[in-house]
Amino acid sequence: MSTTNLRASRADKDGLARRPWRGTVREYDLFKELTVALVVMGIITLGLSAVFGSPDEPSVTLKSWAIAAPADFVATATAELGGTSETAGYGPPYNKTADATQTLGPLDLQSFSGVQLPIDTANDLVIDPLTTLNSPPPELADWVTASDAQRTTWTTAYSDALTKATDNDPANVAAGDYGPVPVLTDSLLTTAKQGALDGVLTAKDKFYNFDYTRGTLFLGDGAYFGDLATAQHLTGDQWGMMNETGNTPGQSWLWLFSFWYQVEPFASAPNADLLVVLMMLVLSVLLTLVPFIPGLRDIPRWIPVHRLIWRDYYRRR
Amino acid sequence: MHDFVSILASLDSPGIYLGWGAFQIQLGNLIVILVMILLFVLALFLPFPSGRKRK
Amino acid sequence: MSLREHPGTNTDPGATPEDADYHTWTGKARGWLLRRLPADKLLPEDQPSYVASWIYVFGMGAIVSLVFILASGVILGLNGPAWYHVSDLGHFVNSVHLWSVELFFMTMVVHLWGKYWMAAWRGGRALTWITGMGAFLVSIVTAFTGYLLQTNFDSQWIAFEGKDALNAAGIGAWFNVANLGQIFMFHIILLPLAVGAVVALHVVLVRMHGVVPPLEAAETDAQLQRGAQGDTGEAGR
Repeated sequence: MSTTNLRASRADKDGLARRPWRGTVREYDLFKELTVALVVMGIITLGLSAVFGSPDEPSVTLKSWAIAAPADFVATATAELGGTSETAGYGPPYNKTADATQTLGPLDLQSFSGVQLPIDTANDLVIDPLTTLNSPPPELADWVTASDAQRTTWTTAYSDALTKATDNDPANVAAGDYGPVPVLTDSLLTTAKQGALDGVLTAKDKFYNFDYTRGTLFLGDGAYFGDLATAQHLTGDQWGMMNETGNTPGQSWLWLFSFWYQVEPFASAPNADLLVVLMMLVLSVLLTLVPFIPGLRDIPRWIPVHRLIWRDYYRRR
Repeated sequence: MHDFVSILASLDSPGIYLGWGAFQIQLGNLIVILVMILLFVLALFLPFPSGRKRK
Repeated sequence: MSLREHPGTNTDPGATPEDADYHTWTGKARGWLLRRLPADKLLPEDQPSYVASWIYVFGMGAIVSLVFILASGVILGLNGPAWYHVSDLGHFVNSVHLWSVELFFMTMVVHLWGKYWMAAWRGGRALTWITGMGAFLVSIVTAFTGYLLQTNFDSQWIAFEGKDALNAAGIGAWFNVANLGQIFMFHIILLPLAVGAVVALHVVLVRMHGVVPPLEAAETDAQLQRGAQGDTGEAGR
């Protein structure tokens, strides 16, 4: 079939829509519309900015965490040492924890990257920062020379003791064999309270830093950070993905992405993130390809909203 | 109305959240979505001014 | 409404003298471009008479919002991501950036709703719809990186919680939401260029194909007849 014939057959199918418009026209000034739009939207934008401003809730630091919730900090540091924190068991891209990835049948995208951002929670978040101190606690040597089994025994015992202690306060912990763990975690707490841990964790012996992965993950392993987010309605099960702090509108366009996390089977699925991401990818592709999907592309013909839009045109047929 | 604006304008004020069961929405987001729907409906129904007559 | 007859145009591609005259690749490309998008299509002085509804202003609203986003973003970018915490002017520019983004999405979504109900992909306009959706999706990613750049509590939490979806999808290692240097690059260079390019292509396609005619339009419609008259009885020309 020649190009001309192909064009002709398409033109028959789409009718008027495919050909240049040969009917009546109205005057239209593109640049004038642009100018008017700039003025109108400019006034609205500046007005909204002047009246409502924008929120700027101060960031949380390891220092503010250690001061506000020392018991939570020590419990988290113990979990990092013992490898029982969320980060320690996360899997790729942070570590190789077995069976930690979100999968769908044979599909395991999380393992695809491998361990690109390696984090050894005990060494990176607790031991290494303590070795940078002017006078590191002597108990560090006990930890370094201990076997893995011994370390696990200590941290498990101390974690349990903290849970049972009044207010989970390390000062109220019953006597027991916790090895160097209480001293190490208390030493880290002191370092954090002094504000030194924030710098050490992010910089790690470097002057420049752009990467806040370690500090963010450490914060997130504790309960304090999540409680603050819950109070601001920011967590995933609170539709928090859409929300900004306070009453300022946030990313309302993420409503559908956020919606899936609230309903079953996604809400309680261990691979919810993977399911929701895949679902949104499929839905986005469907909406992008609407022109080619029978049914979806015919709804505008069945529900004649266009009769309102072009009512002048239809009235004068 | 002034109270309403001052609540929204205050950055320190805690957010207002409306919820029905699993459905929860922050007031700011709800307003944005309602304004979008209102704009769409107005655009459909408001008469469009006729163009300037051409010489 | 002012109505006048569209001047007759030569619509037969291939019959234009340009084809015969150009011999180089450059010349042929110029001929193709001028044929597809002549100056009076790119910068028109009139539109088909059916283009008469407030629904048509939202595309321009989104473009203008994008202008304010880029302008406020350039000022914020030139001063660095932490400037707005310590400067009143910076905080105001940050507010302008936030509200222009809100308005950008609001106008863009109303534009999308309008185009859906007009089935505006008809008559070879599918790529226009696809680029419009592309602009929407790339804008969502761009806005997300912007929220990560707030360098405050909100961005800390979004980085912590947002990592899970990205890691589950296997891209968290390269698109690391807690790596401020990486996110800064994405937000001020790569993604704005992508949004700009997709929006520009979208607008060029709109001008190239013209505004889609009403559903069920037929050759017998009044506005396609010579000397058609408006409701108000104004002469067509």
